[in-house]
Amino acid sequence: MSATPTPAIVQLQGVTKRFGSFTAVERTNLEIPTNAFFALLGPSGCGKTTLLRMLAGFESPTEGSILIDGQEMSRVPPNRRPVNMVFQSYAVFPHMTVAENVAYGLKVSGVPRAEIGPRVRDALAMVRLTGLEGRKPDQMSGGQRQRVALARALVKRPKVLLLDEPLSALDKKLREEMQLELVRLQHEVGITFIVVTHDQEEALSMADRIAVMEKGRILQIAPPRELYEQPNCRFVAGFIGAMNLFEAQVRAADNGHAQLEVKGVGALQVPVDHTPPRGPATLAVRPEKLRLFTARPEAQGARLSGLVEQLAYFGDTSQVYVRLGDGERVTVTHHNATRSTAAGLAAGQPVWLGFDPADAILLTD
Amino acid sequence: MESWRAQPLVFLVFLLPGLFWLALFFFIPLGLIWGIALGERVGPAEIEITWTLQNYIHALDPLYLGLFVKSFWIALLATALCLVLSFPVALAISFAPARIKPLLLLLIILPFWTNLLIRTYAMIAVLRTQGYVNWSLEWLWGVGKLLLAPIGFEPVLGESFTPLQLLYNNTAVVVGIVYVYLPFMVLPLYATLDKLDRSYLEASLDLGASQLRTFFAVTVPLAMPGIVSGIILVFIPALGTFLISDLLGGPDSQLIGNVIERQFKSANNLPLGSAMSFILLYITFVALALRAWLSRRAERDG
Repeated sequence: MSATPTPAIVQLQGVTKRFGSFTAVERTNLEIPTNAFFALLGPSGCGKTTLLRMLAGFESPTEGSILIDGQEMSRVPPNRRPVNMVFQSYAVFPHMTVAENVAYGLKVSGVPRAEIGPRVRDALAMVRLTGLEGRKPDQMSGGQRQRVALARALVKRPKVLLLDEPLSALDKKLREEMQLELVRLQHEVGITFIVVTHDQEEALSMADRIAVMEKGRILQIAPPRELYEQPNCRFVAGFIGAMNLFEAQVRAADNGHAQLEVKGVGALQVPVDHTPPRGPATLAVRPEKLRLFTARPEAQGARLSGLVEQLAYFGDTSQVYVRLGDGERVTVTHHNATRSTAAGLAAGQPVWLGFDPADAILLTD
Repeated sequence: MESWRAQPLVFLVFLLPGLFWLALFFFIPLGLIWGIALGERVGPAEIEITWTLQNYIHALDPLYLGLFVKSFWIALLATALCLVLSFPVALAISFAPARIKPLLLLLIILPFWTNLLIRTYAMIAVLRTQGYVNWSLEWLWGVGKLLLAPIGFEPVLGESFTPLQLLYNNTAVVVGIVYVYLPFMVLPLYATLDKLDRSYLEASLDLGASQLRTFFAVTVPLAMPGIVSGIILVFIPALGTFLISDLLGGPDSQLIGNVIERQFKSANNLPLGSAMSFILLYITFVALALRAWLSRRAERDG
C-alpha cells in the first residue's frame, strides 16, 4: 500500500434526513475513497437507500452537507450531478430500444452526434450486449435489462456510479454471475461504485469497503474481512454471518488481554485490541470457529457440552444446533472432512464444543 | 378465466340481462335508424324502406358536407384544448399527497352530478355581456384606470368599458365543449400517470435531462395509452354535440348535430337525419380503426 491516502470522492458531513417526524439518516459522516467499490449494507428501513438518493439528488439532506469530488451538492439538481444511478427496477425506458436507452443520457447533455454512436457501441460491448441494439426492453430478460441500465449509466462517464439493490431482482445463479461482472466492470472503468444492499454475502463478495447501517446510523466501516472477523458491536456481529453470543463479565483487563467470566464456559482469557471497561459484555464466536467432538476430548480446549438438537446437512458442511446444559442454543459449522463424519452425528447425541480464545470476539456495546 | 366453459349455463344466465338490454335499447334502434336511412317518406309519419341511397347522397350535399367538416374541426380543436388543459391537472393530482388525491378527483367528477343542461346554462351566466368574465374584466379595467390616473395614462383605457362579446359564437361553443368534456380527458390521463413508475422520471433526470425534456421524452410517451383513451372519449361526443352549440353558439355556429336533431324534429325528415347519423358513425369508426392501426404499427416497429 502506498503511503499517500487516496482522496475521498464522496464526503458526507453531519448529514441528517428527516421525513416528518421520522429520521431516516442521522448525523452521518462518511468518506468514500476514489475508485472504491463501496457497499452500504443494512436491513430494510435502515436509511441506506435514502443516503443513496441524497447522493443522486432525489432527496436533499435536512442538515449537513454532501460533497462529490470536493463540490458542495446541496443546490445541484440530479441532472447536473457527476453521478449516475442504476435503479432497483432498472427503469430502462420501455418505449426506447437498447441503443436509444444508452444514447439518451448523451443526447440530452448535448454530446455531438458523431460521438454518440461509438460511445454507445463501446458501452454495450463493455456489458456484453453487442448485437442487441435494436431490442426493446420487453423482449429482454431481467439480467439483460440490468446490463442496459449499467451501460446507460456508465456511458455518461460519471465520477460515481450508484447502484440500488442491483442484484435483488435476479435469480440466484444470475446473481452470482452479476456479482463477478460488477467487480470486473469496476476494475475496467475505474469509477467509484457505491452499492446499496441488504444482502451481506453480496456486500462481502463485491465491495472492498462496507458500511453497516442500522436505524439511520453507520455502525462500522471496514473491509469485508475485518467486518467479519472484528465486528465492533452486537448488531454488526449478528448481521454479518451467523454468530453465537455468550453473556460475559469483564473481571480485569490489561495490556492486550481481558479476564472474563463467561456464562456456561467459566473463566477465560481473551486477547483484545482495546482495553474493555469492567462489567457486562458479550463474547461472540462464529459457528465455523467452534470445534465439535463426539467424545469428551482429553486435550485442552473443550469448554462446552450439550446435546445435538437438530442437524442441517449441506454436503460439504453440516450445520449442527446444540442445546447446552444451561438451555442456550449454539450453532456449529461442522466440516464433513471424511465420508463418515456426517454419518457419526445424530439428534439427541451428547457432544463437546471447543474454541480457541483468539477466535472469540469481545463486544462491549 | 376459462371457467365459463365448465358452467356455460350459469355464464349464460348472468349474461342474459345485459344482452337483452343491449339488444332492446341499442342494437334494435340502431338497426331501425340504419333501415330508415335507406328509406323514403311516403306520408307525414310513414316511411317505406326502399333501399335508396338518395338520403346519403343528399347528406353529402356541399352544404351539409361543410358542416361535417366544421364539426370535425371544432371537435378536434376542443379535444386538443382538453388535452393541453388536462395534462397538468392529471399530473398534479397524480403527484399530490395520497391524503388529498380523492378530494381532488372528486372536484374533477363533481360537475357530473349536475345536469348537462344546467351546466351549459351556467356557462351562459359566465360568458354573457353581463356575466362573470365581463364583470371581472370591468373591475380590472377600473383598477387599471385608477392606477394609471396619477401618471396621466388613464385615457389609453378609453372613456368607458365595452363588454366583450363572448357568447353566441364559435369560440363559446369550443369553450363549452372543453368545459363539459374535460373530466373525460383528466380521468384516463390520471389513471395512466398514477400508475407510471416514478423511477423512469428519476432515471431521465439522473441521465442529465431537464424536467421539461423528461416530460416530453419520457412522461408523454409513457402516458400514451391514457392520452389516446382521453382523445377518444372527448372527440366522439364532441363530434355529435348539438346542445352546446344550440345554447352557446350563434347563428353561424350550427354543427352537424344540430342539423340531425332538426331532421328528427322540426324538419321531420327521418331518412336524411338517419343517413347523417350513420355518416357520423362511419367517421368515428374510421377514427377508431386509424387508432388501432397506428398502435399496431407502433408495436410492430418496437
